Amino acid sequence: MKTFSHLHEKLSNGEFAVTGECGPPRGANTGVVDKKIKLLRGFVDAVNVTDNQTAIVRMSSIAASAHLVRAELEPVMQMVVRDRNRIAIQSDIMGAYSLGIRNILCLSGDHQKFGSQPDAMNVFDIDSVNLIRTVRDMRDTGKDMSGYTLDVAPQMFIGAAANPFADPFEYRVIRLAKKIDAGADFIQTQCIYNITRFKEWIRQANNEGLTDKVYILGGVTPLRSAGMARYMNNKVAGMDIPEDVIKRMDGVDKKDQADEGIKICLETIEELKGLKGVHGVHIMAIEWEEVVATIVEQADLK
Amino acid sequence: MITASQKPINEIIKLIAPYKKVLILGCGTCVKTCFAGGEDEVAVLASALRLSFKKKAMTIEIEEQTVERQCENEFIQEASVKMARNDATLSLACGAGVQAMVKRFAKNIVLPGVNTTFIGIQESQGIFTEECSGCGNCELGIFGGVCPVTRCAKKLLNGPCGGSQKGICEINPDTDCAWHLIIERLTTLGQLDNLKTYIPPKNWDTSLSGGPRKLVREDHII
Ligand code: SF4
Repeated sequence: MKTFSHLHEKLSNGEFAVTGECGPPRGANTGVVDKKIKLLRGFVDAVNVTDNQTAIVRMSSIAASAHLVRAELEPVMQMVVRDRNRIAIQSDIMGAYSLGIRNILCLSGDHQKFGSQPDAMNVFDIDSVNLIRTVRDMRDTGKDMSGYTLDVAPQMFIGAAANPFADPFEYRVIRLAKKIDAGADFIQTQCIYNITRFKEWIRQANNEGLTDKVYILGGVTPLRSAGMARYMNNKVAGMDIPEDVIKRMDGVDKKDQADEGIKICLETIEELKGLKGVHGVHIMAIEWEEVVATIVEQADLK
Repeated sequence: MITASQKPINEIIKLIAPYKKVLILGCGTCVKTCFAGGEDEVAVLASALRLSFKKKAMTIEIEEQTVERQCENEFIQEASVKMARNDATLSLACGAGVQAMVKRFAKNIVLPGVNTTFIGIQESQGIFTEECSGCGNCELGIFGGVCPVTRCAKKLLNGPCGGSQKGICEINPDTDCAWHLIIERLTTLGQLDNLKTYIPPKNWDTSLSGGPRKLVREDHII
């Protein structure tokens, strides 16, 4: 079977995959990217490079991904439809492929309202389902959206996001199926703290036969403090941190809360490893990349 | 209807300050319904302006008039007498009304007194909501009659984003998630299967993306 990337190969071999995350800097400093590369290389199979996440203007995900390629750390280039129309999307995908980028994660993107420049006009020319389809059609038919045959068509391993914690819950599996139909090869989920709800979602996905068609990587983010847990639960769209998790963080001394957060994260990974239909984890240690090595080692993921 | 809201009084003062005689021209249709530019609003604004100018010891003469619809030549005509004897006209109509006036009275100064906001409805007394973007290609049929192009902040056509929670849109606690409403409606109608339908990229050529639009009715051209 043809594989498109190292991440693809690992997953298709039936191995439990680990992906990390690298947020590009708010500026053109490649030193920041290099530092994150050093912290992650050797511990994860690929690294998601975020695309102006939370609508805060940063170095482009294509450029930062290219820096990762250069450093031989495989990127999963994130792409949102918030800032580009279909013309720019296709052009950027071709450009990214030419730079050696082999994985893409297709997203709608956070609304600019909460970003650093809420006055901006958004695009949303096509939605994330159609972004997935566009990358798939380019790869499988060799054609762009107009039907024009490309001389070299980008061949990417295609990812999509799923949030099992958003509403309406019953619809979440239908949406997953839609993304798979559109061409998603792998899924990375929103951070899992409510394991009960996650299990229900994956059970439904298993029942529908979806987990045989797509690789699912469960998302985890180690909590650094009880304050962070509360903030994320209240302020981050689509985040679900149950009261007992927040209580557990509150229950330990401030200086030990980060350790407790890592512990919770490790327990979640343990649960995920045992779940049918889960093929890996996606560790999003936002601006706390140094903890990834510890988590990977302690969770025995190497 | 087209909704609008009156500009802040200080902005209006700045707009009309260079002129000695100003006509405030209301519109008796959409902007009347949304309390921005009907006869009543013209009267209230006129007295507020007279008072403000008096306080600043500035002189201005303000006349008032309201026509049925500023977007139609037939009604605009009624304003011609008063327009002719004033230096400028402050129109409380929507942007279409203002521009219809400009086309009709090419040499007169016409200023906007309201901010045109959207195509919408009065959902309950005093509360107006946006319902339509005039995209030129209506697909309400598949979406159970709720427009995701207008009412989903991300114009998603293939289902809700990950930020939809308890029926509320991620961008504003006062905004319903359009997709939540679509799913509710389709559930009521027994048409949930519509959700599985793949919706291809929208053709925006019929929207403003295709440039200013023109509607031609050959059968009505004389
Ligand atoms: S929460 Fe609902 S309405 Fe808001 S952007 Fe997401 S899908 Fe659209």
